[in-house]
Amino acid sequence: MDEELTAAPAAPVVLAVLSEGESYGYEILKRVRESSVGEYAWTDAMVYPLFHRLRRLGYVTTEWRTLPEGRRRNYYAITDHGRTVLARRQGLKVLAMDALGEMWRGTSWLLTAASRPGTP
Amino acid sequence: MDQLELEIEGWRAFVEQSPAVDGRDVEELEDHLRDQIADLTEAGLTADEAFLIAVKRLGSIDEISREFARENSGRLWRQLTAPGASDLEQTGRWWRQALLFAIAAAVTFQIAFLAAGTPPGDSSWLVRNASLLVLPFLAGYFVARRRLSWNQVLVTAAPFVVAAVVINVYPFIDGGSTELLAASHLPVVLWFVVAYPYMNGVTRSHERRMDFVRFTGEWFIYYVLISLGGGVLVGLTLAVLEPAGVDPDQIAQWVLPWGSAGAVIVAAWLVETKQRVIENMAPVLTMVFTPLFALMLAGAAVVYAVTGLGGAFNRELLGVFDALLVVVLGLVLYGISARDPLQGPGWMDRIQLVAVVSALVLDLMVLGVMVARIGELGFTPNRTAALGLNILLFVSLVGTAWLSARFLAGQSTFNRLERWQTTYLPVFGVWAAAVVVVLPPLFSFS
Repeated sequence: MDEELTAAPAAPVVLAVLSEGESYGYEILKRVRESSVGEYAWTDAMVYPLFHRLRRLGYVTTEWRTLPEGRRRNYYAITDHGRTVLARRQGLKVLAMDALGEMWRGTSWLLTAASRPGTP
Repeated sequence: MDQLELEIEGWRAFVEQSPAVDGRDVEELEDHLRDQIADLTEAGLTADEAFLIAVKRLGSIDEISREFARENSGRLWRQLTAPGASDLEQTGRWWRQALLFAIAAAVTFQIAFLAAGTPPGDSSWLVRNASLLVLPFLAGYFVARRRLSWNQVLVTAAPFVVAAVVINVYPFIDGGSTELLAASHLPVVLWFVVAYPYMNGVTRSHERRMDFVRFTGEWFIYYVLISLGGGVLVGLTLAVLEPAGVDPDQIAQWVLPWGSAGAVIVAAWLVETKQRVIENMAPVLTMVFTPLFALMLAGAAVVYAVTGLGGAFNRELLGVFDALLVVVLGLVLYGISARDPLQGPGWMDRIQLVAVVSALVLDLMVLGVMVARIGELGFTPNRTAALGLNILLFVSLVGTAWLSARFLAGQSTFNRLERWQTTYLPVFGVWAAAVVVVLPPLFSFS
């Protein structure tokens, strides 16, 4: 039950990749690995249980298609619900960055104020 | 290339053995493997090397199947019970552990039964304490099986102690309705307490709660099966021994108490261990009974909507209706827990909605009559308990109907419906606890 080994933290990245258009497992995983900084402890196959979860939550839908050479491939597409969730998450991130920026500006103002001698 | 096909074939056969990974998953993983191999060969590796690296990147089969099992908790129990070589020894130990707790429960209950005196059933002490004599052993079994920490053991034990004090210290008037209400609601409260060790102390997880619902449904099925078998056995024993001059009452008194108490733990052990067997049976049972109940409920709703409920309504009918509604809710809940959440809306979901809506109509009529009666005659313990239960059922059914209608219309996911059920479930436990603890003093233990 090692949490580190699951692909769950990659869910927003997967949704972000899918928000640019539908895709299939191998391709999505390649894009996820490209767009993320740092190493993943989890292996490739771990992304498929994550897809199951996203389907269960109604964030993505799937469809099996037959390729020209006869192979079958499962395509994933993001739903409106998934887009909303993703947007909300990204909104939160922006908010957090803004708040951090404000804090930083406040701190630097305090520091400069404190370093100026003579002012109360 | 042929060599590569053979190797992929072998890999596929190996993955397919895992019970947690189904055919579609295997196909998808194979597609992934082939893509990876193609990329690697393009980069200059030989087919052989590419295959090895691609397999390695996918990850070990054990990890994959554990992750799939964790995600699809419906498949989880299959995974848990898939016997590996080392598990067989483990199963043996669990069996002895379960037997120990079953014997302890059986002996305790038998002694209490004999101590309470004859004729049995006359003693209100035994009626009040029956669940307290058995369910602590079930909780203990899960504590031991899940290897809970001492803190968790205390959390598990505390409600039992409180319940034992409340039920025995309250000055109930003998045979009064508050006593009967407390006696009938206590098992429900304690069943919710058993959920704590069953869920390994993780009570907030929706998946674990759903597992407990599934467990409850299957436990019930096993218990009924064991009871039926036991009934046949006792009946035959009586038929054989009675001509020889053995008193049938004696057998009933010496066999039934410990049998019915021990079966509680044996049924729980069976659910945990023999899930494969029941797994094939449980969905079939819900499949058979959900439509039948839907038909019956719809019929009843139409009949009573035409004739009106007022004339035929009395205390017995109210009890029947409440029992019916609880059974329907149980069936719906169990049907939801046994369903594959990834599948789209199907005819079973439609039938279930019919059952829920019919139950809703019936519940609304019952509520109307009850409110009128309370307005006319005032609150009694029985009416208060019944009104509370019906309001809880009504809210639960409204939520279920609304969410499954939205799910059928494609506006919501099945997950929402599941979450509604698991979120609402503790409310029933809290209400049952209130009936045991708060209601008797309110009505001065009458």
